[in-house]
Amino acid sequence: MGYGNLVVSSSPHIRSEETVQRIMLDVIIALLPATAASVYFFGMRALAITLVSIAAAVAAEAAIQKIRKKPVTVSDGSAVITGLLLALTLSPAMPLWMVAVGAVAAIGIGKQVYGGLGSNPFNPALVGRAFLVVTFPVHMTTWINPVDGVSSATPLGLLKMEGTATGYMELFIGNVGGSLGETSALLLILGGMYLLYRGIIDWRIPAFYLGTVAVMTLVLGADPIFHLLAGGLMLGAFFMATDMVTTPVTRTGKIVFSTGAGVLVAVIRLYGGYPEGVLFSILLMNTFTPIIDKYTRPKIYGEVKQS
Amino acid sequence: MPMKLLTFKGGIHPPHNKHKTKGLSLEKAKVPDLVIIPLQQHIGAPCEPVVKVGEEVKLGQKVGEPKGFVGAPVHSSVSGKVAAIEKRPHPGGGMVLAVVIESDGLDTPDENVKPKEKLEDLTADQIKNIMREAGLVGMGGAAFPTQVKFSPPPDKKIDTVILNGAECEPYLTSDHRLMLERSKDVVNGIKAMMKAVNVEKGYIAIEENKPDAIKAVTEAAKGEESIKVVALKAKYPQGAEKQLIKACTGREVPSGGLPMDSGVIVNNVGTAAALACAIDTGMPLVERIVTVTGSGIKEPRNLIVRIGTPFADVIEQCGGLEDDIGKIIHGGPMMGIAQYTIEVPVIKGTSGMLILKEQDLGLSQESPCIKCAKCVDACPIGLMPTKLEGFAQKGMMQEAEEYNAVDCIECGSCSFVCPAKRPLVERIRLIKADIIAERRKAKQA
Repeated sequence: MGYGNLVVSSSPHIRSEETVQRIMLDVIIALLPATAASVYFFGMRALAITLVSIAAAVAAEAAIQKIRKKPVTVSDGSAVITGLLLALTLSPAMPLWMVAVGAVAAIGIGKQVYGGLGSNPFNPALVGRAFLVVTFPVHMTTWINPVDGVSSATPLGLLKMEGTATGYMELFIGNVGGSLGETSALLLILGGMYLLYRGIIDWRIPAFYLGTVAVMTLVLGADPIFHLLAGGLMLGAFFMATDMVTTPVTRTGKIVFSTGAGVLVAVIRLYGGYPEGVLFSILLMNTFTPIIDKYTRPKIYGEVKQS
Repeated sequence: MPMKLLTFKGGIHPPHNKHKTKGLSLEKAKVPDLVIIPLQQHIGAPCEPVVKVGEEVKLGQKVGEPKGFVGAPVHSSVSGKVAAIEKRPHPGGGMVLAVVIESDGLDTPDENVKPKEKLEDLTADQIKNIMREAGLVGMGGAAFPTQVKFSPPPDKKIDTVILNGAECEPYLTSDHRLMLERSKDVVNGIKAMMKAVNVEKGYIAIEENKPDAIKAVTEAAKGEESIKVVALKAKYPQGAEKQLIKACTGREVPSGGLPMDSGVIVNNVGTAAALACAIDTGMPLVERIVTVTGSGIKEPRNLIVRIGTPFADVIEQCGGLEDDIGKIIHGGPMMGIAQYTIEVPVIKGTSGMLILKEQDLGLSQESPCIKCAKCVDACPIGLMPTKLEGFAQKGMMQEAEEYNAVDCIECGSCSFVCPAKRPLVERIRLIKADIIAERRKAKQA
């Protein structure tokens, strides 16, 4: 009957079935509709950019881990997400080699340099994008129109530079100029709903992020609906401000984080030099994550009132 | 009648896994040939043996007397002869001095075992004395001496007694069957407890996933104006003392305090039934209900087992073990203790024996924390397990203390939900013990 092999380990003796891999898979699933739409709107170029970005991110992760003589953990799916998210923030006109450089930078200086998954303070995909913005500024701001394929500005750019507004419906469906994944608000919301349903993300983050942008733009005299639908806000609200590693773990902290990011988006879009503010709003708030967690600790059971 | 479900903040929903035994009636287990009565089956000072090797003992005879105030005597669960007084493996871990008794199979009761007066005629002190003499301890698993619980310092005003029938540990059904089949004992037990501390408010709290038990106990408590049967949300750890107090009374036990600091005494339903039995028959705590279950046992059952029965005997009466056994657990899957041998005996706090096959252990390698915050949301105390675990790993005691590590109730909810499979509670438990040891040292200095 073999009692010789009894496992003696500490309680609890049962674990939930949830795994890191499953969480990552859910995020990938949630991004698929928006990814498919980018291929539909921008053609095979979009697919190529996506595949190159993912491949470069995964390869960079594996290579760095090999060099550091650490276990290779690409099967956890996190590098795939970084590559995919980065691709979705890029222009369809981006040369493929630049895409690869961005993905390597995202994994290298955005994640592995801090020790890998779980240790990075900033969202790696956004670090990759920020790296590309300063390295290849021209390519990072050249956009094409999905209808005729000729170069054109994004709706936010059009508004900022020429004062031309784009229709809500076009923004909602995604038939506008912009990066691969930030064009279709509809499909991004769909993916976000899936993550909410699966319990992967906390509703507080998109709610307070989007809510703050709407209130701020309204108060400052801009069109809140336009600002909600345009640019990378939906992608940021559901997939980047919700990144587990780089955002607060407390519920109150999540509200503080997303409200702060919302304020930054509105300020940058309305007063800043850049037409879009999502990238910097999240990166800037990432720096505050540890301190937000520190000051938003949940009230503990039976806490004695400090006198 | 739909009742409002009472509950607490946080918690988890592990699969209940009670289906195998919840429909099985209580059965008396065979009287074993040999019982091992550990002299420590409770929190507090161990007992001194009061019998000698070779001495004849009777059923219900006291064989160990506690040395300190915090303790409970132990009794022989058979009649027969003391074969040895020696250290034996204990289900709580380590080797503990035990009185080993060979049964003569006759169950001749001790002359001290005789019915007490009717509850109406007993005074509070007499009830407390019965608690002590019967060796009653908390039967939910923690095994705190019952009489000590009922002797709070005079400045602590107790106004409520709560019976814990939550049974929130997955797999276990011993309390469920007890409430169903001995509901009158449960009600009589709480009446005696309320009389022992002279309170007017009593709750019997049961999780909603046991509607038949709620019905049976409500029926048994009919006409008792001061006893309220309440339904709790089925959520782990609903049966943890602090969470139960919050759910029933809305009060919180102050951090670092005891339930009596919020005017409440909590007891397991099994303890109440054992008290009723001690008053009715005079028989001390010599047997208890044990749920024997899990994928690794051939015939899961709810058995009434004599204290001191070796696990091996119980397993044999349940058809034996399946192949590929991974773990044998004393208690439930969330807070129970894994055993390395089946020579350990059933003790007063043995609510269950859970036997899991290797494939059901869900053992997997831990990976880095991704700060998903599931542990933060699950913690019923409002702690940040991910932070505490980090402090524990780095030995940062001061920080862990500041983040209230000592308030951890070790329920294991954080480890259960962790997608990275990190042993959170295990590490927090260690640093918590370090902090408490350090405080004790500082106090002495």
